[in-house]
Amino acid sequence: MSAMSPAVPTPAAWTLPSRGRVGMYCLIAAEAAIFTIFVIAYIFYIGKSLSGPTPQQVLEVPIFYTVCLLSSSIVIHFAEKALHGGQLGSFKLLWFLTFALGATFLVGTALEWRHLIGEGLTISTNLFGTTYYSLVGLHALHVTVGLIGFVIVLICALMSKVTQEHAERIGVFSLYWHFVDAVWVVVFTVVYIIGR
Amino acid sequence: MRATAANIMKVCCVALAGSGLARAAGDTSSPGNIFAPASTPASSIYDLAILILVITGVIFVVVAGMLVYASVKFRSKPGDEHKEPLQIYGSDQLELAWTVIPVLIVIVMFMTSARIIHAVQDAGQPPGTIQVTVTGHQFWWEFRYPQYGFVTANELHVPVSDPAHPTPTYLQLLSADTDHSFWVPRLAGKTDLIPNHPNTTWIDPHETGLFLGQCAQYCGTQHAKMLLRVVVDSRADFDKWVHLQQAKVQPDASLSPDAEEGRRVFNRTACINCHTISGSVADGRFGPDLTHLMGRETIGSGAAPNSAENLKAWIQNPATFKPGVLMPAMNLTDKELAAVTAYMQTLR
Amino acid sequence: MASESLPLSGSISLPRETGKTWLETVHEWVITVDHKKLGLMYIGQALIFLVLGGIEAMIMRLQLSVPHATFVSPEAFNRMFTMHGTTMIFFVAMPVVFGFGIYLIPLMIGTRDMAFPRVNAWGFWMSLFGGLLLYFSFIGGDGLYGAGSAPDVGWWAYAPLTSTAFSKGHSTDFWTISLLLSGFGTVGVGVNLVSTILCMRCPGMTLGKMPLLPWLYLVMGAMLLFTITPLTAAQAMLMVDRYMGGHFFDTQAGGSAVMWMHFFWIFGHPEVYVLIIPAFAFISEIVPVFSRKPIFGYPVMVAATVAIGFVSMSVWAHHMFTIGMESYSNAFFVLTTMTVGIPTGIKIFNWLGTMWGGKIRYELPMLWAVGFLFQFLIAGLTGIMLGAAPFDWQLGGSYFVVAHFHYVIVGGILFAMFGAFYYWYPKMSGRMLGTTLGKWHFWLFLIGFHVTFDLMHIPGLLGMPRRIYTYEPGRGWDSWNMLVSVGGVLQAIATACFVVNLIWSYWKGREAGNDPWDAWTLEWSTASPPPDYNFAQLPEVKSRRPLWDIKHPEDPDWKYE
Repeated sequence: MSAMSPAVPTPAAWTLPSRGRVGMYCLIAAEAAIFTIFVIAYIFYIGKSLSGPTPQQVLEVPIFYTVCLLSSSIVIHFAEKALHGGQLGSFKLLWFLTFALGATFLVGTALEWRHLIGEGLTISTNLFGTTYYSLVGLHALHVTVGLIGFVIVLICALMSKVTQEHAERIGVFSLYWHFVDAVWVVVFTVVYIIGR
Repeated sequence: MRATAANIMKVCCVALAGSGLARAAGDTSSPGNIFAPASTPASSIYDLAILILVITGVIFVVVAGMLVYASVKFRSKPGDEHKEPLQIYGSDQLELAWTVIPVLIVIVMFMTSARIIHAVQDAGQPPGTIQVTVTGHQFWWEFRYPQYGFVTANELHVPVSDPAHPTPTYLQLLSADTDHSFWVPRLAGKTDLIPNHPNTTWIDPHETGLFLGQCAQYCGTQHAKMLLRVVVDSRADFDKWVHLQQAKVQPDASLSPDAEEGRRVFNRTACINCHTISGSVADGRFGPDLTHLMGRETIGSGAAPNSAENLKAWIQNPATFKPGVLMPAMNLTDKELAAVTAYMQTLR
Repeated sequence: MASESLPLSGSISLPRETGKTWLETVHEWVITVDHKKLGLMYIGQALIFLVLGGIEAMIMRLQLSVPHATFVSPEAFNRMFTMHGTTMIFFVAMPVVFGFGIYLIPLMIGTRDMAFPRVNAWGFWMSLFGGLLLYFSFIGGDGLYGAGSAPDVGWWAYAPLTSTAFSKGHSTDFWTISLLLSGFGTVGVGVNLVSTILCMRCPGMTLGKMPLLPWLYLVMGAMLLFTITPLTAAQAMLMVDRYMGGHFFDTQAGGSAVMWMHFFWIFGHPEVYVLIIPAFAFISEIVPVFSRKPIFGYPVMVAATVAIGFVSMSVWAHHMFTIGMESYSNAFFVLTTMTVGIPTGIKIFNWLGTMWGGKIRYELPMLWAVGFLFQFLIAGLTGIMLGAAPFDWQLGGSYFVVAHFHYVIVGGILFAMFGAFYYWYPKMSGRMLGTTLGKWHFWLFLIGFHVTFDLMHIPGLLGMPRRIYTYEPGRGWDSWNMLVSVGGVLQAIATACFVVNLIWSYWKGREAGNDPWDAWTLEWSTASPPPDYNFAQLPEVKSRRPLWDIKHPEDPDWKYE
């Protein structure tokens, strides 16, 4: 299309940001906005329940499961590095470990909910119940979606379909996982520290 | 050429609307004219409104004038097809000018608005203030006078306020169900009634008379007929009215045979579950207090004038006047209906 | 001129000339991920729902033309205003601005498609199915009697009117779920717009050399991510309340009706900027071409739009001035609301500066644009009136507000949209829209618009609240309402002219060629309609007006920018 650029040297190395990364950052921004609204509702309703169990009475701080989830961010980072360096075996192992840590967290949430329901706290009990199950549930939903992604990648990896070339895509996916962990830091602080 | 015509047409339309506005301002026959304030909150708003209208009016004349000028002066003429005008990309000085001037205008409008907000919302209550607790219901107004110990509905009586010795009426605004809004334009701006969120507003009418308004926040099927009547009495008339409202009925006062029969029917059917008649066994809170029903000029919160005929039709089937209202058709026999209506008419 | 090294013109993909069977054409369009087809489908969806929303408006205007009319029942009327608002915002205005953006942006930035073509398709189908679900409410539930089970809680669906206690049956659920679904698609559109504009520009097109339309859509796309999501969250909370016994907005359990208002308007106000910014984009492309000058103050236009994007997220509670916030809260929102008017006003001055000293050609796109400028000025000024909180205590919740926002949406957005249609229809179809029908459309609509929406301000000033199915005689509202309704009829006729024009011109319109308007941005360098791959060879640009540079090699833009 020489008609477009009359006798002047063409611009050197035209690089633009990767659309996968930009797209994922946009998605994260949108999801962050949704979580923010739920967090605002949670904070606003602290202490306003008219009845029923209070956080102080029934909440137990899930230290172990939190450590699992947050350390999975570290593990996924190493998995990414492994794939970058072409070490497919290490990648598969670390990827599975990340998945296992996330799954453990999810099991922990399920156990916690079973305990809370036993204590008489459901989503319809009072304002605390409604906001707690909604916020933690929304996060757990995002963990679940992440875990499904992990399984899909794992299956592909076990079929030897994941190579060094896919490192960038794995990097984009791991942005999502880091986001899920960051949200948990906020939820943990608001629910188990500030709200209790 | 065509855009000139379009522009001139637009100016004409806006002028038409503007003259309509002026007519509205002078439309003393319209009971809801916001430019005919009769109370301090409404007057304060009116003063601010005039300032804002003048400022925006000047902005409109200047900018629209320049638009009309540009669209006429710079249109292409025959023979211009292959001549492009001078390509100008911008002007920093102009950008600065038309940023700074709007900033100054905004500061002026903000400061005046803030002052009026504070004057109206944070006004104190002088001694002699009348207190009324307004509870919004689907689709009627409950007015409780805690200082005097009675409850009425739909027609609010307040005393006129002398600017030298003001006796405003303070309204506590609550809701029993959904959101409503109390709006009587000549007396004050509107304030919402929101469940679990008490609000307050106040009025100090400077003239006696009847002031009309209605609910201004969509609250369900019959939002349109949740009308408001504010009766501003002279001090003497107001005191008389209060005295009347404080009277309870005698539960076994002798009435005409029809009315006695009506009282019997009323006290033994579902009526008493929703309505209160002070002094009798009826103490329902869901519907309006009927103790002094005949003191009101309308029924159904303004849905129909309070006549014997309308009263009868209402009791038979309220949906005649207000389909979707929460009072059911009572399915009384003709005899029971006549009797209950007669009883209602004794409630002065 | 610009067509020397271009592919042959003539449609490769429009049904008019392909010789495919009807079924093959439908299949092609259903499975497509091509941004041009998806853009056209968004626009087509918008036009269909525009007619439906218009019918709802006419029903309301007929009912309100005289006091105590019995044309429709209160229940039916309440469904009409709810559906009209919901339809027009979510299934007309949003799809149409998405459609134009999705169609034009890859062409204007010199690339072959959006960043995520499949997400693009997914977003469209979510939007369409959301709209169909909403309209299914008319026949779902109780059936057609009493306008079925269509939502009747107003398009803001204030709590606690939407709780199961006050909103029985499924009408509110239709509102909630249809918008939740289309809302997910909207997030996809936001992601796609931002990614495309940041990551897919042709060589040489730095952000400073991008035309204003992609710039404004970049701001709008970023806003979308933070705008639709509060509504999504609030609607999820409403579903928890209605179906799982939750208490988010349950005032009997200590919940807050005001919290719904905050969440809704945190969506609702930026939403209207999401709608108007593309209208600004259309005007910013049309006015320069028809004034024969570059846009005045390009960097300031970009900065002003970014400023609007940010400030508009801080004004939302001006929709809540009457709910009893503290005086300092009210004052804060007065300040932010008036502040957002400053960059908006600056844009009007810059469009004026573009026209100033030009040689203005009053073809149809420019007529609509001049209409926009005038009307948007007025709409902005009535907005300032509403922004002065005490004034809003009278004007809010009345027909003054209804007149104001219709002035913005119809007088602003719709006029800009019609301008965009007349401007880009030749590019999309290869044919010009007929000028005679076009002029009938413009003049009838202009007159009808002003009769309706100028006069509608007056009942508001005389105390008429909104959302009422009837009104009392003797309030001074009667004749104004009648005239407002008459204006609506004129607008309906005008819109019919437009639809006829669209269809007739597709078959019989004058052939357009690549560049019928002698314009300057990249979409005019390729065929009308463009081939599936947009450009035979991806362009390289040196300035904001690449075609001006080609047409004026002695005086190219890159010497002055």
